Amino acid sequence: MNTFVIETKHLDLFYDSFQALTDINLNIEEKKITALIGPSGCGKSTLLRVFNRMNDLIDGVRITGDVNVLGDNIFTPETDLIALRQKIGMVFQRPNPFPLSVYENIAFGLKIHRNQSKKEFTDIVKESLKSVILWDDLKDRLDNSALKLSLEQQQRLCIARVLTMKPQIILMDEPCSALDPIATLRIEELMQELKKNYTIVIVTHNMQQAARASDNTAFLYLGELVEYGETKHIYSSPKEKRTEDYLTGRFG
Amino acid sequence: MERHFQRELESLKTSLIKMGSVVEENIALAIRSVMENNQELALKVIESDTRVDALEIEIDNAIVDLLALQQPVASDLRFILAALKINNDLERIGDHAVNIAQAAQVLCSLPNVELMDEIPKMVEITRTMLKDAIDSFILLDPVKARIVLKTDDQIDDLNRIVIRKVIELLKSNKQTAECGLELSLVSRNLERVADLATNIAEEVIFHTQARVVKHHAEDKEH
Repeated sequence: MNTFVIETKHLDLFYDSFQALTDINLNIEEKKITALIGPSGCGKSTLLRVFNRMNDLIDGVRITGDVNVLGDNIFTPETDLIALRQKIGMVFQRPNPFPLSVYENIAFGLKIHRNQSKKEFTDIVKESLKSVILWDDLKDRLDNSALKLSLEQQQRLCIARVLTMKPQIILMDEPCSALDPIATLRIEELMQELKKNYTIVIVTHNMQQAARASDNTAFLYLGELVEYGETKHIYSSPKEKRTEDYLTGRFG
Repeated sequence: MERHFQRELESLKTSLIKMGSVVEENIALAIRSVMENNQELALKVIESDTRVDALEIEIDNAIVDLLALQQPVASDLRFILAALKINNDLERIGDHAVNIAQAAQVLCSLPNVELMDEIPKMVEITRTMLKDAIDSFILLDPVKARIVLKTDDQIDDLNRIVIRKVIELLKSNKQTAECGLELSLVSRNLERVADLATNIAEEVIFHTQARVVKHHAEDKEH
């Protein structure tokens, strides 16, 4: 049976009087890669930012409806945002390493959140870098500045930094848009490895990336969830004409 | 804005329609060569097959380019997959036209050839099926395509009757053996053309409605 780690029910989101999301009912499957696609301004990044409540940082945002993450409603006064964001890591468009060493970048979150020995830190740093296939490249350069790495390595490092928090869900907002095609394919391969242990939700402008990399695809248009299903079905036989028109480039 | 890709898809469709009309014409001529005992028409069909073969390769190449360069999805993908199969089906129908024409050449050299009543019936039904299958592709009309699917059983029945009559002929009169064999070939080739017309209709349904209907797949769903 499918297990859902994120469930939205009748989710509406307004920026002041502008409605950016309308009646979104979406269940994200555990340990699958779900792609959110749609033209610019369709609400896909807004939706992604609902899941870790990043929209709270924007003035004038109002949300109605239910959003359950790992079984808990995340819009209650009791919701612990720090705990929520530990469970849901996020990777952004531009790699954003801190201006610190490779080691410090990975250990940063651990220092804030946990009390662990140096040995434990080092083990977690090693494990995280191995998970993103950076360990062999960087094990002798852990003290070098993270800003000196290639963009792909920086993005991998940012993913490794997320993994140290032991999240269950990773949100990715256009994670490959700053990368060249080869680096993009390697990050997509990494996503396939990561989904063995994590649920991934990715926003992408690149329709072929969604087709290659995801298990499920949600197509949003003008703030509505037009169609949601297995990627192989969406890309071969979409049910909705608007999905068909978008995928075949007839609009968008 | 119409994309370049859309124009290429239209051009692929136009090439297939052209191939369809050549093949339809060849089948018509091959049938006439049998019915009218006409060597010249038979020869015309045999010579025209090189054109069908050349068109098949041209269309195959266009499809490879579209798949490699445009990475089509959704109905575009289904259209290209259908086009690939229809191209192959049409080429095979062209081959059957040649087989029928070759049988006509032999029949022309034989005295007292009598066609069974079922053969003109098969000819009429097969030609209608082929025309409807090609029209359903031109118009992207799944309703017309489904009519083709329903007709195929009639041809199978008629083919069985012809084969039975040929066997009787072979048993009763050894002098008509060669004629009987050629007539069974004509019948068998008409039956294959009807099958391939059915395949084309199935591909039209796959493209337009994203439904797989071959091998009675829909019956098995119920």
